[in-house]
Amino acid sequence: MTSSTHSAGSTSSPRASSGQVMDAEVTPQVIKEHGLKPDEYGRICEVLGRKPNITELGLYSVMWSEHCGYKHSRALLKTLPTQGPKVLQGPGENAGIMDIGEGWAVAFKVESHNHPSAIEPYQGAATGVGGILRDIFTMGARPIASLNSLRFGPLTDPTVQRLFAGVVRGIADYGNCMGIPTVAGEVVFDESYTENCLVNAMSVGLVRHEHIIKGRASGAGNPVIYIGATTGRDGIHGATFASTEITDESTEKRSAVQVADPFMEKLLMEATLELIHSGLLVGIQDMGAAGLTCSTCEMASRGGAGIEIDVAKVPQREKGMTPYEILLSESQERMLLVAKPGCEQKVHDVLAKWDLHAATIGFVTDTGRMVVKENGKVVADVPADSLAEAPVYHPAKSEPAILKKHREFDEASVPVPKDPGEILEKLISDPTIASKRWVYRQYDHMVRSNTLVRPGSDAAVLRVKGTPIGLAMTIDGLGSYCALDPYEGAKIVVAEAARNIACSGAEPIGMTDCLNFGSPEKPEVFYCFDRVIAGLGDACRAFQIPITGGNVSLYNENPSGAIDPTPIVGMIGLFADVSAAVTQWFKNDGDFIYLLGNIGDSIGGSRYLQVAHGKKTGRCPKLDLEPEHKLHQVLKAMADARLLQSAHDCSDGGFAVALAECCMTGGTHEAKTLGARVELPGQGRVDARLFGEAQSRVIVSCEAAASAQIEALAGKFGVPCAKIGQVGGGTLVIGGEINVPVTRLADLFFNRIEKLMASPFQNS
Amino acid sequence: MKFAVTVFPGSNCDHDCEYVIRDVMGQPVEMIWHKETDLKSPDCVVVPGGFSYGDYLRTGAIARFSPVMKSVADFAAKGGLVIGICNGFQILCEAGLLPGVLIRNKSLQFICENVYIKVEQAGTPFTSACQPGQVLKIPIAHGEGNYFIDPEGLKKLKGNGQVVARYCDEKGNVTSEANPNGSLDNIAGVCNPKRNVFGLMPHPDRSGEDALGSHDGQFIWKSIISSMAAAK
Repeated sequence: MTSSTHSAGSTSSPRASSGQVMDAEVTPQVIKEHGLKPDEYGRICEVLGRKPNITELGLYSVMWSEHCGYKHSRALLKTLPTQGPKVLQGPGENAGIMDIGEGWAVAFKVESHNHPSAIEPYQGAATGVGGILRDIFTMGARPIASLNSLRFGPLTDPTVQRLFAGVVRGIADYGNCMGIPTVAGEVVFDESYTENCLVNAMSVGLVRHEHIIKGRASGAGNPVIYIGATTGRDGIHGATFASTEITDESTEKRSAVQVADPFMEKLLMEATLELIHSGLLVGIQDMGAAGLTCSTCEMASRGGAGIEIDVAKVPQREKGMTPYEILLSESQERMLLVAKPGCEQKVHDVLAKWDLHAATIGFVTDTGRMVVKENGKVVADVPADSLAEAPVYHPAKSEPAILKKHREFDEASVPVPKDPGEILEKLISDPTIASKRWVYRQYDHMVRSNTLVRPGSDAAVLRVKGTPIGLAMTIDGLGSYCALDPYEGAKIVVAEAARNIACSGAEPIGMTDCLNFGSPEKPEVFYCFDRVIAGLGDACRAFQIPITGGNVSLYNENPSGAIDPTPIVGMIGLFADVSAAVTQWFKNDGDFIYLLGNIGDSIGGSRYLQVAHGKKTGRCPKLDLEPEHKLHQVLKAMADARLLQSAHDCSDGGFAVALAECCMTGGTHEAKTLGARVELPGQGRVDARLFGEAQSRVIVSCEAAASAQIEALAGKFGVPCAKIGQVGGGTLVIGGEINVPVTRLADLFFNRIEKLMASPFQNS
Repeated sequence: MKFAVTVFPGSNCDHDCEYVIRDVMGQPVEMIWHKETDLKSPDCVVVPGGFSYGDYLRTGAIARFSPVMKSVADFAAKGGLVIGICNGFQILCEAGLLPGVLIRNKSLQFICENVYIKVEQAGTPFTSACQPGQVLKIPIAHGEGNYFIDPEGLKKLKGNGQVVARYCDEKGNVTSEANPNGSLDNIAGVCNPKRNVFGLMPHPDRSGEDALGSHDGQFIWKSIISSMAAAK
């Protein structure tokens, strides 16, 4: 970072103040610094029939970055199932949309903001939330809920505490101010993420079918209107930054991180929804990654049209900005829209009501070109399609040698612990398993008064006012499984998300994914990427769950290597009647407890092996898709028949931890503890039966009177079902192995993170 | 009984107030944009929660200059009922319609959870449907709900019976453990000396139905509705 055009410690873009902006020479060094390979540059020259100028080079640089162009991942992403009877909008738009009945549709998508959050946790996380919310309301949907999936290094590390606190506060401040409840999420602490935290944000919105709008420009002559915040020099080349590895110099790229203004976004959201619902627009697109460049060329490309804009008309925050800077700025809270003919004044009236900046900066053309002028002088003229269609690569793959070692790990070498009760307490206190109350207490998870099941249960449940319909939603990831077996791990991620939805009583209907990986240019990383895509695809096909969109975040690397392959899955479940919703907590003394599924006999890949024995290895649990699908179906049938008092899946920490979690009604629900007495089914190692993570298992409870129907339904669906005990008392008793007061478990479980965070770093 | 809900840029509990008043309590409600001055002749004005003007400068500090606030002050001066919830409470304090201020939570963190409040004054138009000392389960969601007033002011509040609700535990004990945000004297809600303006940090708009975890917020709405009916 020492060239004349890329000064370290400031925005890495050519500036007017540093001279020769428009005339800056496009040298091989400049091309390299724009993240473009020589053959990519050659392709640009071919497309244009000439050499690009520096502004045009900047356009291709961001649009052909991995972040915007998906050049390494696109070929594989195309293999994922995206169709289904409920799909109204699949991948390719700002968010996927599915029909949920009664004229309503749900829009949802997950997106990463890993790199910015690693550098500047508060702003990075906040703008991540802002970006995904814009994706939702840009489709005409009113956001009703946010979720997030976070990954950090071990929480005992003060640096991690600072990052964790900053990210949580960033998410909280943005979502709370917007008045959109943050209803669910997950947080994992693992060494793999120490220097490269993951911040994936998901948003869910509701839209009437007739109000769905797309990011398309059409109708030559229609005005192109810019609304929202002014354009500044923040975030220039954010997309390119997100497409490289984090290095020691990355902290000097802090100016590539944008600054959040949730109040501006709230105004933008209300104004945008008013514009869309009043039928004034042809199309609309938010300005996220690659800012004005991306919104302009994508709208033109999708609509099969062209766009001409004049950057001098763009509202600017600073003086002397060059076309290059204006086009590449990632200033937040901005939208680009195309108004219907004759509606321009009405659009301006709505915006004036919300005190928003608006400027007509250009018009739609039928040339298929993106033409950028500055005070009438052409500064860039390229085919819009060519920007929106980055080159497609098929990187080399090679299985990492470590996978074989994991498969060959000898479980018999692990001693069986003498005191399983002590292990249970240790697992319950593990920050990855412990309650995330410290986190979601900071999120307004109730605003909009739709949240029926709050954070803390397997899935959040929201109602759709004025209808009996409800939505369940969850977000899940299992990087540690994928690190052992990327294919099996990816299948399990989908299964776990769907199981969480099914435990809440809903039918899983759609999925969005965020694929967090290291550099695709490393064959070992790309091997895992390929296998993960295969696993996600196979699971979705088996469960008939379409993927309606998502995001890829590559280059999650740091000086000590790549992160675990981490696909994150956001899933939506549908209730025809939301009164069927179920939570994970035991309800009444005397209720019967059943285990649906088999107990299992392996400790491979378990949190137990990691926490109690310090080993992150072994064979990843195996998932059979067919029995898993049956399990989802039987859970929904049981919920529909109102047979269940509770349902909770066995995941991190296995059977024993799942039981303990059923005993501790938590979070901001009515706090309550209820003991249980159960037998420990199966044979073989006790630790495998208690803490192993065999798949397709759910613990349910029911009133004694419902037990015959529970057993009959399980039989009908062919799901193994064993009555294992009863709810009641103040202790959790599992066979002859575990006997712990539930209040003690609750104290460990609910207070662990709070205690760790009660350090001076908390508010720094 | 007719309600008016004011809407500022950044209000975000306006829809929740509208919903609970219209769909749960079955009363007519008008939404009044902050640039308007006509309240459309309501019986009660609700200043809802949210982040008016993004909480910039100070919570409620900018909203109080909105045109609608002059009308709200006039309405209150004539004895009309005004309730401010959460950010609405903050705005009413800033506007001088209620005494005291709301500063950052003691933990310096935003807190969203169910709490319990004890009705200290059941004689106000906003609590008349409650028993004296009744405990209500009702959620909070705020970063700046830490009520503060100088000793002189506190003395006056207590003397006039203006402390309407205090944070307590499930059984009604007013303890420091039950105080979620560090409020002076566990104060959760206060009224003006004339008792026609009321500010409350917890959200009766989010606790009108069992499906949401509590219907105790209905006691506040029922009180308002019956007080207004009695006044007619």
